[in-house]
Order: sequence, then C-alpha cells, then structure tokens
Amino acid sequence: MSETETRSDHMSAGYLRLRFRMAIIVIMVSLAPMVLVSGLILYQFHVFSNQMVRAHLGELVLKHKQNIDYFLRQKLNDISHLSRSFDLDQLQDKAFLQERLRILQEEYSFVFVDLGLVDETGRQVAYAGPFELQRADYSGAEWFQRAIKRHGYISDVFLGLRGHPHFIVSIKRHWEGREWLLRATIDFAAFNTLVENLAVGQTGTAFILNRQGEFQTRPPRGEPELTNQQYMNLFTKGEEALRNVQPSGDLGLMIEEEGIYLDGYLERYTAPSSIFSVEKMGERGSKFIIVAAFLKNNQWLLIFQQEASDAFAKLNRTQLIAGLVALMGALAIIVVAFIVAGRMVKRMERLDFEKEMMNQQVIETGKLASVGELAAGIAHEINNPVAIMVEEAGWIQDLMQEGIDQGDNLEEFKRALKQIETQGRRCKEITHKLLSFARKTDSRVQTLEINELITEVVDLLSQKSRYANVEVTVDLDPDLPPIQASATEMQQVLMNILHNAVDAMEKSGGAIHIHSRLEEGRIRIAIADTGPGIPASNLGRLFDPFFTTKPVGKGTGLGLSICYGIIHKMGGRIDVESQVGKGTTFHIELPLSDSAAKNEGA
Amino acid sequence: MAIAQVLLVDDEKPFVDTMIKRLTKREMDVTPAYDGNEALAKLKENPRIEVVILDVKMPGMDGIETLGEIKKGYPLVEVIMLTGHATVESAIEGMKKGAFDYLMKPCDIELLVSKVTEAGIKKRHHEEKIIEAQMREITTRRT
Repeated sequence: MSETETRSDHMSAGYLRLRFRMAIIVIMVSLAPMVLVSGLILYQFHVFSNQMVRAHLGELVLKHKQNIDYFLRQKLNDISHLSRSFDLDQLQDKAFLQERLRILQEEYSFVFVDLGLVDETGRQVAYAGPFELQRADYSGAEWFQRAIKRHGYISDVFLGLRGHPHFIVSIKRHWEGREWLLRATIDFAAFNTLVENLAVGQTGTAFILNRQGEFQTRPPRGEPELTNQQYMNLFTKGEEALRNVQPSGDLGLMIEEEGIYLDGYLERYTAPSSIFSVEKMGERGSKFIIVAAFLKNNQWLLIFQQEASDAFAKLNRTQLIAGLVALMGALAIIVVAFIVAGRMVKRMERLDFEKEMMNQQVIETGKLASVGELAAGIAHEINNPVAIMVEEAGWIQDLMQEGIDQGDNLEEFKRALKQIETQGRRCKEITHKLLSFARKTDSRVQTLEINELITEVVDLLSQKSRYANVEVTVDLDPDLPPIQASATEMQQVLMNILHNAVDAMEKSGGAIHIHSRLEEGRIRIAIADTGPGIPASNLGRLFDPFFTTKPVGKGTGLGLSICYGIIHKMGGRIDVESQVGKGTTFHIELPLSDSAAKNEGA
Repeated sequence: MAIAQVLLVDDEKPFVDTMIKRLTKREMDVTPAYDGNEALAKLKENPRIEVVILDVKMPGMDGIETLGEIKKGYPLVEVIMLTGHATVESAIEGMKKGAFDYLMKPCDIELLVSKVTEAGIKKRHHEEKIIEAQMREITTRRT
C-alpha cells in the first residue's frame, strides 16, 4: 500500500543492501571454484612432492647403504684373501705383515690402520701398524670372544687398547690344528667419510648406530634432536617393516639367533626393501623424517635424518607462494566485486532516479493533456451563449435598419438586450467556474475538502455529460474530514475517471454516481457508471501506462496510470471493479491528514 | 414566395428563436426544432421543407446521427451543418454523409442566407431533373 513511501524512506539502505548482496554472490561464485581447484591442486602437489622427496631420500640412503655394505664386504674380502694367499709362517713375520699393510694402504688410501695375527688364546703373535701392540692380549676383549666363533667378523666401533675409536675386521683360519684370527683395524675417519657425504640440505645428516644404541660413526651435528631410545626403537620398527615385506625371509631369524654365521654376509646382497622411513617428533618440537637401512646383517642401522621443514622446504615455499597468490587473487576478487557491485548499484540508483523523473514528467504531460481537454470543453460551452449574443446583436441591427419606433420594435429591442445580458451572465458563470478550477494550479500538498473538489469537477463536466446524455448524481458525506493532497493532482484523478466514464457512455447515455464516505479512518470515494464495462482481460492492464482502447490519436493511455501514481504517492489505493454490460466502479481510498486522523481517533 | 423552406435544428432555444426572426426577415420560411427527433417529426409533418440547418452538438441524438436519418428518409433535402467546435473531423464526417456545406457558429447571417439559397436552388434543380426523367420515361413508354 505505502510501497512508494517505504521505498523512498529506505532508499539508500535498500541500495546498500543490494550492493552487498550482489558483491557476496559474485565473490561466492568466483571464489568457490578457485578455492576448490587450487585446494585440489595443492593437495595433489603436496602428496606428489612428498612421495618425490621420500623416494629421493630413500634412493640416497639405499645407495649409501650399498656403498657401505660394499665397503665392509670389500674389507672382509681383502683380509680373507690375505689369509688364503699366504701361509702361517709368512703371516707371523712382522716385516711381511708390514709389507702387506703397506700394499693395502697404498691400494685403499690408508683405510687399513694395522694388521695383526691373533692366536686362539687371544694373544697377538704378529702386528704391523703404528701402535705398539705386539703381544697384546685380546682374550678378554669382546670382539675376540665373538670373532673366534665366526668365520668372518666385523666388530662394532670401540675404543679398545689404544683409546681411539676404531673397528676390527677379522677372518678365522685353521692352521696346524689351531685357530688363528687375521685381524685388521679400519680407520674410523675413513669409514666416516662414507656416511658424512650423505649430508642433505641444512639439517640432513646420516650416521650409523649399532644395536646397543652406540654411534658407529660421528654423532649428528649439534644437539641430538632425538633421544637414544627413539633411535633404538627404530631397530624394532625396521624389523617389523622388513618382516611385513618379507614375512618368510631369513633376515629376521638370523638376527634373533645369537650365534649367526656371518659367512653369508660375503655373498648376500641385502634386498632394497630393507630401507624404511618413519617420522618422529624431535625433542624441540620439530618433526623429523628418518630414513633408515640395516647394515652388516642387521647389526647396524644406517640412519638418515632431516627436519621435515627442511626436507619439504621447496614444497613449503611453493605452497606459500601459491597460497599468497590465491590470497591476493581472492582479495582482488573481493575488492573488484564490491567496486563492480557498487558501480552497478549506483547506475541502478541513477536509472531509478531518472525513472522517477520520467514519471513526474508523464504526470505533468498528463496534466497538460487534461487541461487541453478541459479547455476544449469549456470553449464549446462558452460558444453557445456567444452565438446567441451575436445573433441577438444582429437582430438589433436588423431592427435598427427598420427603425426603432416601427411597430413593437422597441419591445423586441428590450427583449434582445435582456437576452444578451442573460447570455453574458451565463458566460461569466462558465469563466468563473474555469477560473476557480484553474486557480488551484498549486501542486503543493495542502489541506483539501474532497467534496468541494468533486463538486467542482462535476460542474466542469456538466456540459460534456449533458451532451452525452449522462446524468451525474452525487452523494457526498458532508462531515468528511479534510485530506492532505495536491489540488491539481486530485482534480486530475477525478477528471480522468469522470472523462473516461462519460466517454464510455457517449453513444448510449447513462448515469454516473459519485459517493463519498468515511470508513475505518480512511476516505472512500466510489465513482460508478452504467457504461458498457471493461472486459476482464483488460482489467489487469487498466493502470498500465500507454494502455488504451481508444483509437489512435484519441487517448494517450496515460490517464489512469497517472491516477494510479498520484493515489499511491499519497499513500492511498485505487482499484476498479467492472462487469461487462452493467458498468464500472472505481474505488479510491485516501488517508486522512495527520491532524484529521488525530481528531478522528479522539 | 419565400426563398426557401427551412428547418432550423438546435438545442439552444434562444438561439433558434432569434435566428427564426432574422431568417424570416430575409424572406425564408423557417420551422424550429429543438432536437434530432423533433427535426425528423417536423420533416415528416412538412414535406415542403427544402433545407435543414443542423447543429452538430446536441444532447440525445447528435447532429451527425440526425443527418444520417434525414438523408435516409429524405435524400433530396439539403443539410447545412452548424458546428460549434470547428474540428475538421466533424465537418468532413458531415460532408461524407451528404451534407451540403458547413458553417461555424456563430456565423455571419448573410453567408448563411447565401448558403441556404444555394442549397434551395440545388434541391429544386435536383427535383426538376427527376421530374424530367420521369416525364421522359412516360413519353418513351407512349411511343
């Protein structure tokens, strides 16, 4: 009902809300696919590069494991070869041993520190090397206990008699019914280089651990990130992993048996699946990727560790960049969405304003048109008395030619003058009516008596309706409170409806009844005619602009749409009921002026 | 002998009254009528009427309609239209329906008289032709 009012009140708020809604829709539509696609791609990329990094590390560790295995095997083979190539006498000769050591050192760039021959009681019978270990007694040494039971043996790293980290490679042989051990010491530093060149990135380090959790190479640089126990757990974890891969394999079994025969070590290549990787949380909260491989028949563990953030540094950087780009894109979309929505809404606002202006102009045009129509009607109405006056004046002239004193010419003269006066008064009445109507050209909203307005309009149309044989009757409630309205606009509304009614009954004649009353705090005006009525198909379009059933040139089709606009602007309502063949009734409902409404309420 | 037998039709009685006086003074025999129906009744009553002066705008049956009726019942009677609002449309419509001429109201009396005279002559000329034709027909039948 008061749609126009509400709209004007909340105009800017409505546009703001519209802008916001448009922007949100644009943002949702553009961001959702972007987020989905980039999320998917990032996730896939993450998974893929994770695999790549792990595969790369695995490959690296495998290669080194093979290198180290090969190195150890090689050393064992060298000693084995030495023991087979020469007999006991030669090996017991210190000079000979020294010569062999020199050749080995030349061959292997000082990997071998010394050589020695130990008898079954643990006494070193021959020695070649930088230390004074001739006749050293190894009977109590752990490595000796173990080595004497095996064909070939590689010890863990220990300090030994010399107080320097090293490990021993030994081969057991039978000479002259006794058991002999040919042993060689491997340089710790040389062995370390095999592992140390496995450093990757900033934090990637490699080292070797034995089953007792002792470092077989130099411990990792800096503070140890993981506890010893965590490293120890790797053994069991690795065994589980390997058992899962090779449930029937003999590796696990061989570890469990204390007295394993290391001979096999010489021939066996360890399966590549003996590599496994785990992730562990470090002491200081950083996550570590650990890739490990068993060495020396599962006695040692080659461990490579790297901080996850370091290992995935490239990945993380890429993700960061991608994230930043996506974020900036999203920001750009949001900003653009708001700007575009703002522009569009501004444009809409301007168009709405222009439409409003246009409506105003249409109302003005309609006003002019009805004034023109009115002028034509008035001109005709005034023409009749004018014609009479002209004829009377002509008649007087005729008489004057005859002579005033002839017959009853004087009486005729007087009658003619009287008639002229009568018709002059009639003209005056018409012009007064028109003037009182025209004086109300003020389109400002003011307090109006609606009944007065109805009477005036009916008067103005009396001539037109008389010629169309239309009888106009009014039934006005004399106690109607005043309304707030623009006089010209209300005149226009009433004029338009009455004109239409008279036009509709021009041929047939009929009656118009105007009824005004106060109901539920609103003024209701009913204008009923007995014309041909409006077909139902046209009723819905009746108030549409440019809808007309009159022939081209007779009507603009604006009249009723203007009425509709005016009444709605006032916060009133206009509707129509019609029955073909019976007639049409327009109902107008108007709100009271504020003061009148207050009086009405009191 | 009057110049013409005239029927004046207008809804404004003072206008009709004065016009009758003025036209009578100019040697016309004028019968008044105040609306379309009365005009048709007068025509029926008085077959000697030659020219009708007809106002276009009248309540009830308007000028154009009355013209149609007159031309239907009395095709030889000439009609001069008096139009209040000088729209070309109503003049053209009147002429199309067989009016002799039209004049704007208020009109010059001498102009009206001359138009009525012309109309009367035309009507009589028309009638003579018809009589001639009838006579020729009778003569040809004889021979």
